[in-house]
Amino acid sequence: MKASTYYGTKKVTVNLLIHLFLISIAITCIFPLIWMVASSLKTQETIFSDASLLPRNPHFENYYLAWQEGGFGRYFLNSIFYTVSVVLGIVVVSSLAAYAFSRFRFPGKNLLFVMFMAAMMIPIPGSFVPLYVLLNKLHLRNTSLGYILCMINVGLSTSIFLLKTFFDKMPKELEDAARIDGCSKLGIWWHVALPLAKPVLAVVVVFNALSVWNEYVLALIIFDSKPLMPLQVALMAFQGEFITRYPLLMAGLTITALPIIIVYILMQKYIIKGVTEGAIVG
Amino acid sequence: MKLKDTLENYVFVLPAVLIFAIFYVIPFVWVFQLGLYEWDGILPTKIFLGLDNFKEIIFQDSIWWKSMWQAGYITLIALTFQNVLAFLLAWACDREIRLKNFYRVIFFLPPVLSEVVVGLVWQWILDGHYGLLNHWLMHLGLANFARNWLSDPSTALTTVAIVHSWKGFGWGFLIFLAGLQTIPRQLYEAARVDGANSWVCFRKITIPLMVPVAILVAILTVLGTMQAFVLIIAMTGGGPAYHTQVPVLRILASMRGSSRFGYACAQGISFGVILMAISFVQYRFSRKARYN
Repeated sequence: MKASTYYGTKKVTVNLLIHLFLISIAITCIFPLIWMVASSLKTQETIFSDASLLPRNPHFENYYLAWQEGGFGRYFLNSIFYTVSVVLGIVVVSSLAAYAFSRFRFPGKNLLFVMFMAAMMIPIPGSFVPLYVLLNKLHLRNTSLGYILCMINVGLSTSIFLLKTFFDKMPKELEDAARIDGCSKLGIWWHVALPLAKPVLAVVVVFNALSVWNEYVLALIIFDSKPLMPLQVALMAFQGEFITRYPLLMAGLTITALPIIIVYILMQKYIIKGVTEGAIVG
Repeated sequence: MKLKDTLENYVFVLPAVLIFAIFYVIPFVWVFQLGLYEWDGILPTKIFLGLDNFKEIIFQDSIWWKSMWQAGYITLIALTFQNVLAFLLAWACDREIRLKNFYRVIFFLPPVLSEVVVGLVWQWILDGHYGLLNHWLMHLGLANFARNWLSDPSTALTTVAIVHSWKGFGWGFLIFLAGLQTIPRQLYEAARVDGANSWVCFRKITIPLMVPVAILVAILTVLGTMQAFVLIIAMTGGGPAYHTQVPVLRILASMRGSSRFGYACAQGISFGVILMAISFVQYRFSRKARYN
Protein backbone atom coordinates (compact mmCIF):
# COMPACT_ATOMS: atom_id res chain seq x y z
CA MET A 1 0.00 0.00 0.00
CA LYS A 2 2.68 2.40 1.06
CA ALA A 3 4.91 1.40 -1.82
CA SER A 4 2.19 1.90 -4.40
CA THR A 5 1.43 5.47 -3.24
CA TYR A 6 5.16 6.17 -3.28
CA TYR A 7 5.38 5.01 -6.89
CA GLY A 8 2.14 6.87 -7.62
CA THR A 9 3.44 10.24 -6.44
CA LYS A 10 6.80 9.63 -8.08
CA LYS A 11 5.09 8.91 -11.37
CA VAL A 12 2.93 12.02 -11.06
CA THR A 13 5.99 14.17 -10.34
CA VAL A 14 7.90 12.75 -13.29
CA ASN A 15 4.91 13.30 -15.57
CA LEU A 16 4.55 16.83 -14.31
CA LEU A 17 8.20 17.62 -14.94
CA ILE A 18 7.96 16.15 -18.44
CA HIS A 19 4.90 18.26 -19.21
CA LEU A 20 6.62 21.33 -17.82
CA PHE A 21 9.59 20.76 -20.14
CA LEU A 22 7.40 20.09 -23.18
CA ILE A 23 5.11 23.05 -22.51
CA SER A 24 7.96 25.51 -22.00
CA ILE A 25 9.45 24.57 -25.38
CA ALA A 26 6.00 24.65 -26.98
CA ILE A 27 5.56 28.20 -25.70
CA THR A 28 8.83 29.32 -27.29
CA CYS A 29 7.53 27.86 -30.57
CA ILE A 30 4.26 29.78 -30.52
CA PHE A 31 5.29 32.96 -28.75
CA PRO A 32 7.13 34.69 -31.64
CA LEU A 33 4.00 34.25 -33.77
CA ILE A 34 1.79 35.77 -31.08
CA TRP A 35 4.23 38.66 -30.79
CA MET A 36 4.15 39.07 -34.58
CA VAL A 37 0.34 39.35 -34.57
CA ALA A 38 0.34 41.64 -31.51
CA SER A 39 2.89 43.95 -33.14
CA SER A 40 0.85 44.05 -36.33
CA LEU A 41 -2.06 45.58 -34.39
CA LYS A 42 -0.13 48.51 -32.92
CA THR A 43 0.58 51.90 -34.44
CA GLN A 44 3.78 53.51 -35.53
CA GLU A 45 3.68 55.57 -32.31
CA THR A 46 2.90 52.82 -29.81
CA ILE A 47 4.90 49.93 -31.23
CA PHE A 48 8.22 51.01 -29.74
CA SER A 49 6.89 51.45 -26.21
CA ASP A 50 3.86 49.17 -25.89
CA ALA A 51 4.98 45.64 -24.95
CA SER A 52 1.48 44.25 -24.44
CA LEU A 53 0.43 40.99 -26.05
CA LEU A 54 -3.16 42.15 -26.41
CA PRO A 55 -3.05 45.78 -27.59
CA ARG A 56 -5.87 47.76 -26.01
CA ASN A 57 -6.95 49.36 -29.29
CA PRO A 58 -6.13 46.82 -31.97
CA HIS A 59 -5.48 48.59 -35.26
CA PHE A 60 -6.84 46.14 -37.77
CA GLU A 61 -6.56 48.80 -40.44
CA ASN A 62 -2.85 47.93 -40.58
CA TYR A 63 -3.89 44.87 -42.57
CA TYR A 64 -5.83 47.01 -44.99
CA LEU A 65 -2.83 49.35 -45.31
CA ALA A 66 -0.39 46.48 -45.83
CA TRP A 67 -2.69 44.86 -48.37
CA GLN A 68 -3.28 48.08 -50.34
CA GLU A 69 -0.41 50.51 -49.74
CA GLY A 70 2.25 47.93 -48.95
CA GLY A 71 1.22 46.00 -52.05
CA PHE A 72 0.92 42.74 -50.15
CA GLY A 73 -2.40 42.01 -51.82
CA ARG A 74 -0.65 41.85 -55.15
CA TYR A 75 2.25 39.77 -53.79
CA PHE A 76 -0.19 37.43 -52.07
CA LEU A 77 -1.97 36.72 -55.34
CA ASN A 78 1.41 36.24 -57.05
CA SER A 79 2.43 33.69 -54.43
CA ILE A 80 -0.90 31.87 -54.81
CA PHE A 81 -0.48 31.81 -58.59
CA TYR A 82 3.10 30.48 -58.46
CA THR A 83 2.28 27.89 -55.81
CA VAL A 84 -0.76 26.54 -57.66
CA SER A 85 0.98 26.47 -61.05
CA VAL A 86 4.14 24.79 -59.77
CA VAL A 87 2.27 22.19 -57.74
CA LEU A 88 -0.02 21.33 -60.66
CA GLY A 89 3.01 21.09 -62.95
CA ILE A 90 4.89 18.85 -60.54
CA VAL A 91 1.91 16.56 -59.98
CA VAL A 92 1.34 16.00 -63.71
CA VAL A 93 4.98 15.78 -64.82
CA SER A 94 6.28 13.68 -61.94
CA SER A 95 3.36 11.27 -61.81
CA LEU A 96 3.64 10.61 -65.57
CA ALA A 97 7.35 9.90 -65.21
CA ALA A 98 7.03 7.89 -61.99
CA TYR A 99 4.31 5.75 -63.57
CA ALA A 100 6.49 5.02 -66.58
CA PHE A 101 9.51 4.23 -64.39
CA SER A 102 7.40 1.83 -62.36
CA ARG A 103 5.36 0.07 -65.07
CA PHE A 104 6.91 0.37 -68.53
CA ARG A 105 10.03 -0.93 -70.20
CA PHE A 106 12.04 1.26 -72.54
CA PRO A 107 15.72 1.67 -73.39
CA GLY A 108 17.59 4.02 -71.05
CA LYS A 109 15.00 3.75 -68.31
CA ASN A 110 17.38 2.86 -65.51
CA LEU A 111 19.93 5.47 -66.52
CA LEU A 112 17.29 8.20 -66.52
CA PHE A 113 15.94 7.14 -63.15
CA VAL A 114 19.42 7.06 -61.62
CA MET A 115 20.00 10.60 -62.91
CA PHE A 116 16.89 11.88 -61.18
CA MET A 117 17.92 10.16 -57.96
CA ALA A 118 21.52 11.44 -58.17
CA ALA A 119 20.15 14.99 -58.46
CA MET A 120 18.50 14.42 -55.08
CA MET A 121 21.81 13.43 -53.47
CA ILE A 122 24.35 15.81 -55.02
CA PRO A 123 24.34 19.26 -53.46
CA ILE A 124 25.12 22.12 -55.85
CA PRO A 125 25.27 25.18 -53.65
CA GLY A 126 24.98 28.31 -55.73
CA SER A 127 23.14 26.59 -58.57
CA PHE A 128 21.22 29.85 -58.83
CA VAL A 129 24.21 31.42 -60.64
CA PRO A 130 24.03 29.32 -63.84
CA LEU A 131 20.22 29.31 -63.63
CA TYR A 132 20.29 33.10 -63.81
CA VAL A 133 22.52 32.93 -66.90
CA LEU A 134 20.32 30.28 -68.50
CA LEU A 135 17.09 32.18 -67.93
CA ASN A 136 18.71 35.30 -69.39
CA LYS A 137 19.63 33.39 -72.54
CA LEU A 138 16.15 31.92 -72.87
CA HIS A 139 14.60 35.36 -72.24
CA LEU A 140 12.74 33.81 -69.33
CA ARG A 141 14.28 35.93 -66.58
CA ASN A 142 11.87 38.31 -64.90
CA THR A 143 8.96 36.21 -66.18
CA SER A 144 6.48 34.06 -64.28
CA LEU A 145 7.05 31.17 -66.67
CA GLY A 146 10.78 31.11 -65.97
CA TYR A 147 10.21 30.98 -62.24
CA ILE A 148 7.50 28.32 -62.49
CA LEU A 149 9.65 26.04 -64.67
CA CYS A 150 12.64 26.39 -62.31
CA MET A 151 10.50 25.54 -59.32
CA ILE A 152 8.91 22.54 -61.06
CA ASN A 153 12.45 21.26 -61.58
CA VAL A 154 13.28 21.81 -57.90
CA GLY A 155 10.45 19.52 -56.74
CA LEU A 156 10.72 16.96 -59.52
CA SER A 157 13.23 14.37 -58.23
CA THR A 158 11.74 13.90 -54.77
CA SER A 159 8.20 13.73 -56.15
CA ILE A 160 9.17 11.14 -58.77
CA PHE A 161 10.87 9.11 -56.06
CA LEU A 162 7.85 9.19 -53.71
CA LEU A 163 5.39 8.35 -56.48
CA LYS A 164 7.48 5.57 -58.00
CA THR A 165 7.90 3.93 -54.59
CA PHE A 166 4.11 4.03 -54.23
CA PHE A 167 3.38 2.68 -57.73
CA ASP A 168 5.89 -0.15 -57.23
CA LYS A 169 3.90 -1.41 -54.26
CA MET A 170 0.49 -0.86 -55.87
CA PRO A 171 -1.24 -4.04 -57.17
CA LYS A 172 -1.57 -4.18 -60.96
CA GLU A 173 -4.94 -5.96 -61.22
CA LEU A 174 -7.08 -2.87 -61.70
CA GLU A 175 -4.79 -1.58 -64.44
CA ASP A 176 -4.89 -4.97 -66.17
CA ALA A 177 -8.67 -4.94 -66.05
CA ALA A 178 -8.74 -1.43 -67.54
CA ARG A 179 -6.35 -2.52 -70.31
CA ILE A 180 -8.57 -5.46 -71.23
CA ASP A 181 -11.49 -3.02 -71.43
CA GLY A 182 -9.48 -1.16 -74.08
CA CYS A 183 -8.24 1.74 -72.01
CA SER A 184 -5.12 3.50 -73.35
CA LYS A 185 -1.95 3.91 -71.28
CA LEU A 186 -2.70 7.57 -70.66
CA GLY A 187 -6.27 6.64 -69.81
CA ILE A 188 -5.09 4.09 -67.23
CA TRP A 189 -2.67 6.62 -65.72
CA TRP A 190 -5.45 9.18 -65.41
CA HIS A 191 -8.45 7.02 -64.50
CA VAL A 192 -6.82 4.24 -62.46
CA ALA A 193 -3.31 5.03 -61.22
CA LEU A 194 -3.75 8.67 -60.14
CA PRO A 195 -6.95 8.11 -58.12
CA LEU A 196 -5.30 5.18 -56.31
CA ALA A 197 -2.24 7.30 -55.57
CA LYS A 198 -4.25 9.95 -53.69
CA PRO A 199 -2.55 9.42 -50.29
CA VAL A 200 0.96 9.90 -51.71
CA LEU A 201 -0.22 12.69 -54.02
CA ALA A 202 -1.39 14.52 -50.91
CA VAL A 203 2.15 14.32 -49.51
CA VAL A 204 3.60 15.53 -52.82
CA VAL A 205 1.13 18.42 -53.03
CA VAL A 206 1.59 19.60 -49.44
CA PHE A 207 5.38 19.47 -49.40
CA ASN A 208 5.79 21.17 -52.74
CA ALA A 209 3.21 23.81 -51.86
CA LEU A 210 5.10 24.65 -48.66
CA SER A 211 8.41 24.76 -50.49
CA VAL A 212 7.15 27.05 -53.27
CA TRP A 213 5.31 29.39 -50.90
CA ASN A 214 8.44 29.70 -48.74
CA GLU A 215 11.00 29.92 -51.57
CA TYR A 216 13.19 33.00 -51.56
CA VAL A 217 16.49 32.92 -53.44
CA LEU A 218 15.35 31.91 -56.95
CA ALA A 219 12.58 34.48 -56.81
CA LEU A 220 15.15 37.04 -55.69
CA ILE A 221 17.44 36.53 -58.67
CA ILE A 222 14.69 35.95 -61.26
CA PHE A 223 12.36 38.88 -60.59
CA ASP A 224 13.42 42.50 -61.00
CA SER A 225 9.99 44.01 -61.34
CA LYS A 226 7.93 44.37 -58.19
CA PRO A 227 4.55 43.47 -59.72
CA LEU A 228 5.84 39.92 -60.34
CA MET A 229 7.36 39.29 -56.92
CA PRO A 230 6.05 36.65 -54.53
CA LEU A 231 5.58 37.42 -50.84
CA GLN A 232 8.98 36.32 -49.48
CA VAL A 233 10.97 38.61 -51.76
CA ALA A 234 8.48 41.44 -51.34
CA LEU A 235 8.79 41.20 -47.55
CA MET A 236 12.56 41.65 -47.71
CA ALA A 237 12.17 44.51 -50.20
CA PHE A 238 9.59 46.17 -47.96
CA GLN A 239 11.84 45.77 -44.94
CA GLY A 240 14.75 47.30 -46.83
CA GLU A 241 12.68 50.26 -47.99
CA PHE A 242 10.65 51.06 -44.86
CA ILE A 243 12.94 49.76 -42.16
CA THR A 244 11.01 51.22 -39.23
CA ARG A 245 7.45 50.60 -40.35
CA TYR A 246 7.18 47.60 -38.07
CA PRO A 247 3.36 47.45 -37.76
CA LEU A 248 2.93 47.13 -41.52
CA LEU A 249 5.87 44.74 -41.81
CA MET A 250 4.38 42.54 -39.08
CA ALA A 251 1.00 42.64 -40.83
CA GLY A 252 2.77 41.56 -44.04
CA LEU A 253 4.51 38.73 -42.18
CA THR A 254 1.19 37.60 -40.72
CA ILE A 255 -0.42 37.65 -44.17
CA THR A 256 2.48 35.48 -45.40
CA ALA A 257 2.52 33.04 -42.48
CA LEU A 258 -1.22 32.55 -42.00
CA PRO A 259 -1.94 30.39 -45.11
CA ILE A 260 1.02 28.16 -44.20
CA ILE A 261 -0.20 27.72 -40.64
CA ILE A 262 -3.73 26.91 -41.81
CA VAL A 263 -2.55 24.41 -44.42
CA TYR A 264 -0.18 22.88 -41.89
CA ILE A 265 -2.86 22.39 -39.25
CA LEU A 266 -5.29 20.91 -41.76
CA MET A 267 -2.71 18.63 -43.39
CA GLN A 268 -0.43 17.87 -40.41
CA LYS A 269 -1.14 14.14 -40.74
CA TYR A 270 0.42 14.07 -44.23
CA ILE A 271 3.30 16.35 -43.30
CA ILE A 272 4.37 14.33 -40.27
CA LYS A 273 3.95 11.12 -42.25
CA GLY A 274 6.03 12.55 -45.09
CA VAL A 275 8.88 13.61 -42.82
CA THR A 276 9.10 10.34 -40.92
CA GLU A 277 8.75 8.13 -44.00
CA GLY A 278 11.20 10.24 -45.97
CA ALA A 279 13.70 9.94 -43.14
CA ILE A 280 13.33 6.18 -42.85
CA VAL A 281 13.85 5.82 -46.60
CA GLY A 282 16.89 8.11 -46.47
CA MET B 1 3.48 -1.85 -83.03
CA LYS B 2 6.51 -2.43 -80.84
CA LEU B 3 8.05 0.88 -81.88
CA LYS B 4 4.82 2.74 -81.30
CA ASP B 5 4.63 1.18 -77.87
CA THR B 6 8.15 2.31 -76.93
CA LEU B 7 7.53 5.83 -78.22
CA GLU B 8 4.37 5.97 -76.17
CA ASN B 9 6.42 5.08 -73.09
CA TYR B 10 8.85 7.88 -73.81
CA VAL B 11 5.96 10.35 -73.97
CA PHE B 12 5.38 9.69 -70.25
CA VAL B 13 8.90 10.62 -69.22
CA LEU B 14 9.47 13.32 -71.84
CA PRO B 15 8.20 16.36 -69.90
CA ALA B 16 10.18 15.39 -66.80
CA VAL B 17 13.35 14.69 -68.79
CA LEU B 18 13.07 17.95 -70.75
CA ILE B 19 12.64 20.11 -67.66
CA PHE B 20 15.39 18.20 -65.87
CA ALA B 21 17.80 18.51 -68.79
CA ILE B 22 17.26 22.24 -69.23
CA PHE B 23 17.03 23.36 -65.61
CA TYR B 24 19.30 20.87 -63.88
CA VAL B 25 21.79 19.26 -66.30
CA ILE B 26 22.71 22.40 -68.28
CA PRO B 27 23.30 24.57 -65.18
CA PHE B 28 25.24 21.70 -63.61
CA VAL B 29 27.61 21.54 -66.59
CA TRP B 30 27.84 25.33 -66.78
CA VAL B 31 28.97 25.65 -63.18
CA PHE B 32 32.10 23.68 -64.01
CA GLN B 33 32.67 25.56 -67.23
CA LEU B 34 32.06 29.07 -65.88
CA GLY B 35 34.25 28.37 -62.87
CA LEU B 36 37.26 28.62 -65.19
CA TYR B 37 36.42 32.13 -66.44
CA GLU B 38 36.28 35.73 -65.33
CA TRP B 39 32.89 36.99 -66.48
CA ASP B 40 30.54 39.74 -65.36
CA GLY B 41 27.41 37.95 -66.53
CA ILE B 42 26.54 40.55 -69.18
CA LEU B 43 29.36 41.08 -71.70
CA PRO B 44 29.63 38.52 -74.50
CA THR B 45 33.37 38.05 -73.80
CA LYS B 46 34.66 35.80 -71.08
CA ILE B 47 38.31 35.74 -70.01
CA PHE B 48 39.74 32.27 -69.57
CA LEU B 49 41.61 31.91 -66.27
CA GLY B 50 42.15 28.19 -65.91
CA LEU B 51 42.26 27.39 -62.23
CA ASP B 52 43.01 30.95 -61.09
CA ASN B 53 39.57 31.36 -59.48
CA PHE B 54 40.22 28.30 -57.34
CA LYS B 55 43.68 29.52 -56.37
CA GLU B 56 42.18 32.83 -55.33
CA ILE B 57 39.55 31.07 -53.23
CA ILE B 58 42.07 28.86 -51.48
CA PHE B 59 44.93 31.31 -50.93
CA GLN B 60 43.51 34.84 -50.95
CA ASP B 61 39.86 34.88 -50.06
CA SER B 62 40.02 35.20 -46.27
CA ILE B 63 36.36 36.18 -46.01
CA TRP B 64 35.42 32.97 -47.79
CA TRP B 65 37.25 30.91 -45.18
CA LYS B 66 35.86 33.03 -42.38
CA SER B 67 32.37 32.34 -43.71
CA MET B 68 33.20 28.63 -43.92
CA TRP B 69 34.25 28.54 -40.25
CA GLN B 70 31.18 30.50 -39.26
CA ALA B 71 28.91 28.03 -41.05
CA GLY B 72 30.84 25.32 -39.23
CA TYR B 73 30.21 27.06 -35.92
CA ILE B 74 26.45 27.30 -36.59
CA THR B 75 26.50 23.64 -37.60
CA LEU B 76 28.26 22.70 -34.37
CA ILE B 77 25.57 24.43 -32.32
CA ALA B 78 22.88 22.76 -34.44
CA LEU B 79 24.53 19.35 -33.94
CA THR B 80 24.77 19.71 -30.17
CA PHE B 81 22.17 22.11 -28.77
CA GLN B 82 19.51 21.59 -31.45
CA ASN B 83 19.80 17.82 -31.74
CA VAL B 84 20.08 17.14 -28.02
CA LEU B 85 16.97 19.24 -27.49
CA ALA B 86 15.22 17.36 -30.32
CA PHE B 87 16.16 14.03 -28.78
CA LEU B 88 15.07 14.98 -25.26
CA LEU B 89 11.72 16.23 -26.54
CA ALA B 90 11.19 13.06 -28.58
CA TRP B 91 12.11 10.93 -25.57
CA ALA B 92 9.70 12.92 -23.39
CA CYS B 93 6.92 12.41 -25.95
CA ASP B 94 7.59 8.68 -26.45
CA ARG B 95 5.22 7.45 -23.73
CA GLU B 96 1.57 7.34 -22.81
CA ILE B 97 1.16 11.03 -22.32
CA ARG B 98 -1.64 13.50 -22.78
CA LEU B 99 -1.40 16.21 -25.47
CA LYS B 100 1.15 14.10 -27.40
CA ASN B 101 -0.25 15.07 -30.77
CA PHE B 102 -0.51 18.71 -29.73
CA TYR B 103 3.21 18.79 -28.91
CA ARG B 104 4.05 17.05 -32.17
CA VAL B 105 2.12 19.63 -34.19
CA ILE B 106 3.59 22.60 -32.28
CA PHE B 107 7.22 21.46 -32.46
CA PHE B 108 7.04 21.17 -36.23
CA LEU B 109 5.51 24.64 -36.63
CA PRO B 110 8.84 26.56 -36.89
CA PRO B 111 10.12 24.26 -39.68
CA VAL B 112 7.08 24.88 -41.88
CA LEU B 113 7.38 28.66 -41.63
CA SER B 114 9.58 30.44 -44.15
CA GLU B 115 13.06 31.58 -43.21
CA VAL B 116 12.14 35.14 -44.16
CA VAL B 117 9.18 35.19 -41.75
CA VAL B 118 11.16 33.56 -38.93
CA GLY B 119 14.18 35.79 -39.51
CA LEU B 120 12.24 39.06 -39.58
CA VAL B 121 10.12 38.22 -36.52
CA TRP B 122 13.20 37.27 -34.48
CA GLN B 123 15.05 40.32 -35.70
CA TRP B 124 12.23 42.43 -34.28
CA ILE B 125 12.29 40.53 -30.95
CA LEU B 126 16.08 40.85 -30.71
CA ASP B 127 16.27 44.48 -31.80
CA GLY B 128 18.80 46.33 -29.67
CA HIS B 129 16.72 49.43 -28.93
CA TYR B 130 13.07 48.38 -29.07
CA GLY B 131 13.24 44.60 -29.00
CA LEU B 132 11.10 42.61 -26.61
CA LEU B 133 14.01 40.56 -25.23
CA ASN B 134 15.91 43.60 -24.01
CA HIS B 135 12.66 45.12 -22.74
CA TRP B 136 12.09 42.08 -20.57
CA LEU B 137 15.70 41.96 -19.39
CA MET B 138 15.38 45.59 -18.24
CA HIS B 139 12.19 44.82 -16.32
CA LEU B 140 13.73 41.80 -14.66
CA GLY B 141 16.60 43.94 -13.45
CA LEU B 142 19.00 42.26 -15.82
CA ALA B 143 19.77 45.38 -17.83
CA ASN B 144 23.45 44.39 -17.80
CA PHE B 145 22.65 41.48 -20.08
CA ALA B 146 20.75 43.57 -22.61
CA ARG B 147 22.69 44.16 -25.79
CA ASN B 148 22.43 44.66 -29.52
CA TRP B 149 22.13 40.93 -30.10
CA LEU B 150 22.37 41.03 -33.88
CA SER B 151 24.67 43.98 -34.45
CA ASP B 152 27.20 43.25 -31.72
CA PRO B 153 30.02 41.21 -33.31
CA SER B 154 30.49 39.19 -30.14
CA THR B 155 26.90 37.89 -30.02
CA ALA B 156 25.60 38.05 -33.62
CA LEU B 157 26.78 34.64 -34.81
CA THR B 158 25.65 32.73 -31.72
CA THR B 159 22.29 34.49 -31.78
CA VAL B 160 21.80 33.54 -35.42
CA ALA B 161 22.80 29.94 -34.62
CA ILE B 162 20.28 29.71 -31.80
CA VAL B 163 17.44 31.04 -33.95
CA HIS B 164 18.50 28.56 -36.63
CA SER B 165 18.29 25.77 -34.05
CA TRP B 166 14.88 27.04 -32.94
CA LYS B 167 13.68 26.82 -36.52
CA GLY B 168 15.20 23.40 -37.15
CA PHE B 169 14.83 21.18 -34.07
CA GLY B 170 11.36 20.03 -35.18
CA TRP B 171 12.92 17.91 -37.95
CA GLY B 172 15.16 16.01 -35.56
CA PHE B 173 12.30 15.71 -33.09
CA LEU B 174 10.01 13.98 -35.60
CA ILE B 175 12.73 11.62 -36.83
CA PHE B 176 13.89 10.72 -33.32
CA LEU B 177 10.29 10.14 -32.23
CA ALA B 178 9.66 7.84 -35.21
CA GLY B 179 12.86 5.99 -34.32
CA LEU B 180 11.95 5.64 -30.65
CA GLN B 181 8.56 4.24 -31.57
CA THR B 182 10.18 1.39 -33.50
CA ILE B 183 11.85 0.09 -30.30
CA PRO B 184 9.72 -2.88 -29.14
CA ARG B 185 8.12 -2.24 -25.73
CA GLN B 186 8.85 -5.84 -24.70
CA LEU B 187 12.55 -5.00 -24.52
CA TYR B 188 11.88 -2.47 -21.77
CA GLU B 189 9.49 -4.80 -19.96
CA ALA B 190 11.98 -7.64 -20.03
CA ALA B 191 14.71 -5.39 -18.65
CA ARG B 192 12.34 -4.19 -15.92
CA VAL B 193 11.63 -7.78 -14.90
CA ASP B 194 15.40 -8.29 -14.64
CA GLY B 195 15.51 -5.38 -12.20
CA ALA B 196 16.78 -2.57 -14.42
CA ASN B 197 15.65 0.96 -13.50
CA SER B 198 14.68 3.67 -16.01
CA TRP B 199 18.19 5.07 -16.25
CA VAL B 200 19.71 1.67 -17.01
CA CYS B 201 17.00 1.00 -19.60
CA PHE B 202 17.69 4.36 -21.19
CA ARG B 203 21.44 3.77 -21.34
CA LYS B 204 21.46 0.11 -22.33
CA ILE B 205 18.46 -0.05 -24.67
CA THR B 206 17.39 3.37 -25.93
CA ILE B 207 20.81 4.91 -26.61
CA PRO B 208 22.41 1.97 -28.51
CA LEU B 209 19.30 1.42 -30.65
CA MET B 210 19.10 5.11 -31.51
CA VAL B 211 22.67 5.45 -32.81
CA PRO B 212 21.76 4.88 -36.49
CA VAL B 213 18.89 7.37 -36.22
CA ALA B 214 21.18 9.90 -34.55
CA ILE B 215 23.69 9.55 -37.38
CA LEU B 216 20.94 10.10 -39.94
CA VAL B 217 19.79 13.23 -38.10
CA ALA B 218 23.41 14.41 -37.89
CA ILE B 219 23.92 14.02 -41.66
CA LEU B 220 20.71 15.92 -42.42
CA THR B 221 21.68 18.62 -39.90
CA VAL B 222 25.15 19.13 -41.34
CA LEU B 223 24.02 19.29 -44.98
CA GLY B 224 21.08 21.55 -44.13
CA THR B 225 22.89 23.92 -41.79
CA MET B 226 26.06 24.39 -43.84
CA GLN B 227 23.91 25.53 -46.76
CA ALA B 228 21.48 27.68 -44.76
CA PHE B 229 21.57 31.37 -45.58
CA VAL B 230 18.11 32.88 -46.12
CA LEU B 231 17.50 33.11 -42.37
CA ILE B 232 20.77 35.02 -42.08
CA ILE B 233 19.85 37.40 -44.90
CA ALA B 234 16.63 38.17 -43.05
CA MET B 235 18.29 38.62 -39.65
CA THR B 236 21.64 40.34 -40.28
CA GLY B 237 22.35 40.37 -44.01
CA GLY B 238 25.72 38.81 -43.14
CA GLY B 239 26.83 41.65 -40.90
CA PRO B 240 28.07 43.21 -38.71
CA ALA B 241 31.28 43.39 -40.74
CA TYR B 242 31.12 39.82 -42.15
CA HIS B 243 30.55 38.31 -38.69
CA THR B 244 27.56 36.24 -39.82
CA GLN B 245 28.66 35.54 -43.39
CA VAL B 246 28.24 31.96 -44.62
CA PRO B 247 29.44 30.36 -47.90
CA VAL B 248 26.19 30.54 -49.89
CA LEU B 249 25.86 34.19 -48.91
CA ARG B 250 29.37 34.76 -50.33
CA ILE B 251 28.37 33.05 -53.59
CA LEU B 252 25.34 35.33 -53.83
CA ALA B 253 27.54 38.35 -53.07
CA SER B 254 30.10 37.38 -55.74
CA MET B 255 27.30 37.15 -58.27
CA ARG B 256 25.11 40.12 -57.37
CA GLY B 257 27.51 42.36 -55.49
CA SER B 258 30.75 42.12 -57.46
CA SER B 259 29.32 40.67 -60.72
CA ARG B 260 31.94 37.91 -60.78
CA PHE B 261 29.93 35.01 -62.18
CA GLY B 262 32.93 32.77 -62.81
CA TYR B 263 34.23 33.28 -59.31
CA ALA B 264 30.77 32.59 -57.84
CA CYS B 265 30.65 29.27 -59.74
CA ALA B 266 34.14 28.34 -58.53
CA GLN B 267 33.04 29.05 -54.97
CA GLY B 268 30.00 26.85 -55.53
CA ILE B 269 32.18 23.98 -56.77
CA SER B 270 34.63 24.30 -53.86
CA PHE B 271 31.81 24.29 -51.38
CA GLY B 272 29.99 21.42 -53.10
CA VAL B 273 33.15 19.31 -52.97
CA ILE B 274 33.54 19.98 -49.24
CA LEU B 275 29.90 19.05 -48.61
CA MET B 276 30.25 15.83 -50.60
CA ALA B 277 33.37 14.96 -48.61
CA ILE B 278 31.63 15.56 -45.29
CA SER B 279 28.60 13.48 -46.19
CA PHE B 280 30.84 10.71 -47.55
CA VAL B 281 32.77 10.53 -44.27
CA GLN B 282 29.53 10.51 -42.31
CA TYR B 283 28.13 7.81 -44.55
CA ARG B 284 31.17 5.57 -44.00
CA PHE B 285 30.92 6.26 -40.31
CA SER B 286 27.26 5.24 -40.24
CA ARG B 287 27.98 2.02 -42.16
CA LYS B 288 30.60 1.16 -39.58
CA ALA B 289 28.25 1.95 -36.70
CA ARG B 290 25.59 -0.26 -38.24
CA TYR B 291 27.95 -3.26 -38.49
CA ASN B 292 28.96 -2.93 -34.87
